[in-house]
Amino acid sequence: MNIDSIKNGFVIDHIKAGNSMQVYKYLNLGELVCPVAIIKNATSKKMGKKDIIKIDGNIELNLEVLGYINHDATVNVVKNGEIVEKKHLELPETVTDVIKCKNPRCITTTEQDIQHIFKLTDRENRVYRCIYCEAKAND
Amino acid sequence: MKHLIDIRDITTDEIEQLIEKANDIIKNPEKYREKCKYKKLATLFFEPSTRTRLSFEAAMMELGGNVLGFSEAQSSSASKGESVSDTVKVVSCYADIIAMRHPKEGAPMVASFKSDAPIINAGDGGHNHPTQTLTDLLTIKRKKGKLSDITVGFCGDLKFGRTVHSLIAALSRYENVKFVLISPDELKVPGYIRKDVLKKEKCEFVETSDLQEVIGQLDVLYMTRVQRERFFNEADYIRLRDSYILTPEKLDTAKADLSILHPLPRVNEISTKIDEDPRACYFEQALNGKYIRMALILKLLEID
Repeated sequence: MNIDSIKNGFVIDHIKAGNSMQVYKYLNLGELVCPVAIIKNATSKKMGKKDIIKIDGNIELNLEVLGYINHDATVNVVKNGEIVEKKHLELPETVTDVIKCKNPRCITTTEQDIQHIFKLTDRENRVYRCIYCEAKAND
Repeated sequence: MKHLIDIRDITTDEIEQLIEKANDIIKNPEKYREKCKYKKLATLFFEPSTRTRLSFEAAMMELGGNVLGFSEAQSSSASKGESVSDTVKVVSCYADIIAMRHPKEGAPMVASFKSDAPIINAGDGGHNHPTQTLTDLLTIKRKKGKLSDITVGFCGDLKFGRTVHSLIAALSRYENVKFVLISPDELKVPGYIRKDVLKKEKCEFVETSDLQEVIGQLDVLYMTRVQRERFFNEADYIRLRDSYILTPEKLDTAKADLSILHPLPRVNEISTKIDEDPRACYFEQALNGKYIRMALILKLLEID
């Protein structure tokens, strides 16, 4: 798989196979007007199978969101057809307005115009908790 | 300290300062009679409560201040659909400090983001109730003279009891506190308290369903009510509510200097025959609630 076809943009590599549509959704890539390619189940020496997303355009990529969804992914920054930077992602300390709290007793279920903020409370087990009610994300 | 939302937001040094201040208020009440003259406390109680609201109001009155507010959501504009943020923005125009109880977890935190006046969490659903924890800590400190090197038993509803969770979190920061967790299987402490608090802080703890077996080890026994409002199923509530009733006979093997605490209200989990026992501390604990809230109001208003 080569990336020669991209002039200026990003290649999000090493996405866990099957996760690319989730990444596409959370990064709002559907709203872009530039070319976006999703490659599913590409062969990977390291992972067996992986997904890849190529974005041919200079956009603001939300690395916080990407780190939360798939922190093992790598982001290659492409300029003039060359990879100029490889970014390794980290688990973000907080994720804002990406996911919503599912605890029916949480204030976020009734309060309008409130930021939905989750904080990393256990790095080892990748546990995020709602800052308001402390419910686990995705519980 | 600008607001008090969660007991874990304040350090053990700050807790110590509040306890010292409360002890000084108990010793010299006349010194504090006019400390909050011309200051106003708003009590925003979106959920009914008797002792917490009254103790806040009594605390402010004893400091020479005034009190305004409401005691149920129906008497506020929340019933018209006003958000917590808007209510608090408006109330902070009228009051110097706000105590808030709300059925939704995290509501006081939302309020603290919007309010210029200090916010005190007076209970948010089954989540936090930091002033009860401060009350409990003051009572233990006054009874035992220390908050470390003690064995504390928690009995009853350890699953839904927010006062239990907060007190365990607060005591876990002190040296050599041993926890004895006494409850039926259905009402054991949630996994995150076991893992994120007790194991993380390397606290010694045991879990048992037999109060009688462990009562002799305890320096403090914290009784709780099995709360009807935390159950979705009435049958489960009825089956479990009488699980642990403290009677004079059960105290036979207890230490002579045991301190029995209860956040109140009690239903039947402590026999009224125990009220006269010198080991019963729960009414004194309720009184301490007023003093620690006085100390807290002074601290948040930065009045010495």
